[in-house]
Amino acid sequence: MKVLVPVKRVIDYNVKVRVKADQTGVELANVKMSMNPFDEIAIEEAIRMKEAGKAEEVIAVSIGPQQAQETIRTALAMGADRGVHVLHDGVVEPLAVAKMLKAIVEKEGPTVVILGKQAIDDDCNQTGQMLSALLGWSQATFASKIEVGDGELTVTREVDAGLETIKVKTPAIVTTDLRLNEPRYASLPNIMKAKKKPIEAMSPADLGVDPTPRLATLKVVEPAKRAGGVKVADVAELVSKLKNEAKVI
Amino acid sequence: MALDPETLGQFIDTVRRYVRERLIPLEEQISRDDAIPEEIPAEMAEMGLYGLSIPEEYGGIGLTMAEEVLIGAELGHTAPAFRSLIGTNVGIGSQGIVIDGTEEQKREYLPRLASGELVGSFCLTEPDSGSDAASLKTSARRDGNGYVLNGTKRYITNSTRAGVFTVMARTDLDNKGAGGISAFLVDAKSDGIALGRPYKKMGQQGTHVADVIFEDVKVPADALIGGVEGQGFKTAMKVLDRGRLHLASVCVGMADRLIDESLAFATERKQFDTVLAEFQLIQAMLADSRTEQYAADTMVRDAAAKYDAGENTAMVAACAKYYASEMAGRVADRAVQIHGGAGYISDYAVERFYRDVRLFRIYEGTSQIQQIVIARNMLRTWKEAH
Repeated sequence: MKVLVPVKRVIDYNVKVRVKADQTGVELANVKMSMNPFDEIAIEEAIRMKEAGKAEEVIAVSIGPQQAQETIRTALAMGADRGVHVLHDGVVEPLAVAKMLKAIVEKEGPTVVILGKQAIDDDCNQTGQMLSALLGWSQATFASKIEVGDGELTVTREVDAGLETIKVKTPAIVTTDLRLNEPRYASLPNIMKAKKKPIEAMSPADLGVDPTPRLATLKVVEPAKRAGGVKVADVAELVSKLKNEAKVI
Repeated sequence: MALDPETLGQFIDTVRRYVRERLIPLEEQISRDDAIPEEIPAEMAEMGLYGLSIPEEYGGIGLTMAEEVLIGAELGHTAPAFRSLIGTNVGIGSQGIVIDGTEEQKREYLPRLASGELVGSFCLTEPDSGSDAASLKTSARRDGNGYVLNGTKRYITNSTRAGVFTVMARTDLDNKGAGGISAFLVDAKSDGIALGRPYKKMGQQGTHVADVIFEDVKVPADALIGGVEGQGFKTAMKVLDRGRLHLASVCVGMADRLIDESLAFATERKQFDTVLAEFQLIQAMLADSRTEQYAADTMVRDAAAKYDAGENTAMVAACAKYYASEMAGRVADRAVQIHGGAGYISDYAVERFYRDVRLFRIYEGTSQIQQIVIARNMLRTWKEAH
């Protein structure tokens, strides 16, 4: 079976994100970018399926600017077989991404699409679910364990109450949670080999999708700074403050 | 082979991330246990780190010196014991073969050294001889088609992990100088080899050094590096030339880490209601450390570029190793000073690094040996020109 893994280029998780002075977004100039960590887990899972003989081919897809090819190269260095790059500068929203992925899925015919449950830049947590709806495929979100069966997947999901195990028929969409696996570090020999693996380039128009955003960002601001704490003398004062100042009880 | 910038950048990023996410969290543990978790050498082998300096045709990555020093600096950001795992295979344990080995020796050893399957270790120092070639006592006596080795080698890094030793031994007992010394590749499992107990050291816990004792160890004739007697000391010097640049780069990385530790502490810790970093005397220490670290970094990169261009780098490699290791010592000292009392407490990384960096001024040629190498090269050049 083929496994398709979409990977997003986002601000590196170690970078302290700064809001632009004009409040239109966050500062991206000269900021280190990397693969979305949840997508890295998705790639790792797909490669493990291949290594276990459960998958024949792993395809990494990225939608974004020219530099998104670097993100695809990272996936190829980890062990994906080939890449697909949809060149698009500017903002893309989950629905447009899901539509483009649908077109790629119809072209490539994967049995499973593994996505990160969300990207750490916009934290949308929507693309996998939208893709599932558009394709009419089963979905298993927030996976912490995936077992590949015959025409089905057994997926353990991380839900609020604990762990939920479900079976889904393939073809299926899976989104990854943090504990699914620990992604490997690419080796230098594999980074060098990745240079020779093919990346197919295309545009949103090639896929028949108009990526124009449907949402307008009004403003982006930093979270409020945490105010310093105070020491209370006794429980009575604490209760009084919670009631009258914080107004939480 | 020189890598394209994108590939090199991706590799540096990967090593940096590995150091930050995997190795730095283990620093306290390896310092306490004096042992590195078993899976770490395997992970480093998987990444290709054992084969950094071994040519591609022998299964390595064949980084240029300019590239290798960038990786050295990344690995310098954590406890030196991790770098030491690969240190001998990248440097003194493999380069004798790379530089002066016969084709058969290269094919026999390099692929396994590059993959990390085999660990190489370098045996030059003896109880009565370090940089002083004339005093080298280990002997290699002709015996039929081969040689018999006798002698004791002291403070041998990675000897407890080694599969093959590069051993400097005197083949010409009448020649007391460097010309009487030859280099041999000796299987660590040979009969007659015994290891001493690993020494207790001031720092760099996790790396083990021990004596290696050779008692009537028989080696075949083709164990002689390059197949020519009397070349051993020259081989050793060429190996050390490259090793000095590598070590200098590790010092540059280590100093950068120490500066980061200093900045983190100085911007948090308050005295007199003010964070330390606001005090000008603290700032002076930070500025001195950064300036010297930058100078060393620049020296290392320049000397590495000269090495790749095929220039004679005996002097500049010594300059870089001398300056970078002394610099790391001063930066570590200031880092402890900036930390104040905390810097003397083992809970803080700088206390450990302060002890770790001390070795950089000593091994692979002490600072004093570097000074002599530098001065001799200066005088030789002067005399040749006048």
